[in-house]
Amino acid sequence: MVQFTLPKNSKVRVGKTWPKPDGKNVRKFRIYRWDPDLGENPRVDTYFLDMDKCGPMVLDALIKIKTEIDPTLTFRRSCREGICGSCAMNIDGINTLACIYGLDEVKGDVAIYPLPHMPVVKDLIPDLTHFYAQHASIMPWLETKTNRPAKEWRQSIEDRKKLDGLYECVMCASCSTSCPSYWWNSDRYLGPAALLHAYRWIIDSRDEATGERLDDLEDPFKLYRCHTIMNCAKTCPKGLNPAKAIAEIKKMMVSRVV
Amino acid sequence: MAEPQRIVRPLSPHLQIYRPQLTAVTSILTRITGNGLIVGTVLIVWWLFAITRGGDHYDLANRVIHSWPGVIVLTLSLWAVWYHYLAGLRHLLFDAGRGLEVRTAERLGWGVIIGSVVLTVLTFYVI
Repeated sequence: MVQFTLPKNSKVRVGKTWPKPDGKNVRKFRIYRWDPDLGENPRVDTYFLDMDKCGPMVLDALIKIKTEIDPTLTFRRSCREGICGSCAMNIDGINTLACIYGLDEVKGDVAIYPLPHMPVVKDLIPDLTHFYAQHASIMPWLETKTNRPAKEWRQSIEDRKKLDGLYECVMCASCSTSCPSYWWNSDRYLGPAALLHAYRWIIDSRDEATGERLDDLEDPFKLYRCHTIMNCAKTCPKGLNPAKAIAEIKKMMVSRVV
Repeated sequence: MAEPQRIVRPLSPHLQIYRPQLTAVTSILTRITGNGLIVGTVLIVWWLFAITRGGDHYDLANRVIHSWPGVIVLTLSLWAVWYHYLAGLRHLLFDAGRGLEVRTAERLGWGVIIGSVVLTVLTFYVI
């Protein structure tokens, strides 16, 4: 349902301002905080870091804040090189991975929020249960009917090429949570990430469930809530284009009936 | 995440914090112009209706249409028609699976914005 404003319990309040360090190159960070144990509304805390003593990426800054200023600041991170997809968050108004987003790419203060329009577990951690369930619903695996080959399912180089730009998705949820259509309809619209994965299996030459896959997506909401707003493609930290994948699925829907 | 006692979780900010994107703005403008045109249409239909009634009725309608709010609504409607038309063409292209690279889509977006303004001005002078 379309609701432009935040519910009462989600309205963001002004939070604590942490002490400013000495140094010439000090930068301001405004970070979203919510602690389930406090029973209060979310707030935005202000931190200051001496950039001469900080690594180049947004994740470096977050880790520095957590280690040196405020150990209660909570966020997900793991690989620190853009392959695990854990540290997806809204930085400077767009969704991206904190580990591969340079602090020099942000002008002025650095504003950091959790991925938009998601239930918050704590601070910068959104609850992705529903997002993962949607991914599972598109059967993200090879479906086959013919007998197993003796060695492996072979694929030509050309057919393998069709998966480029799709298989690289790390499921960070940046795209889906950047999509206004997903914000208003995530209960029924699958969103760009799940649909990109759906397409990845639909065009896999080895997959033998193309018809069933398309049947499952033939639905006013699951697929057709994509209105080519294209925030997904614009924000993808891996440079993938879910909008294009969705357009290809829509084309297949038409071409199989005409 | 297992949750034995249901915690009421806040919803993270969305529209409030997301930086407006060109492709998103041009997309929502398509809807806004489409719906906004209803106002212009109603005004024009009433004007045409007034013509059939003639006399005082027509005078009133004419005065409303030529008053400054009337002129503003009609001018905006003119722009809305052009915008909606060009955005519709862009959407047709998208549906054909073309122009969906981010750079191309953004160029098309600017094309729709600038094109609609230019066409509005042109139409204004031609009329």
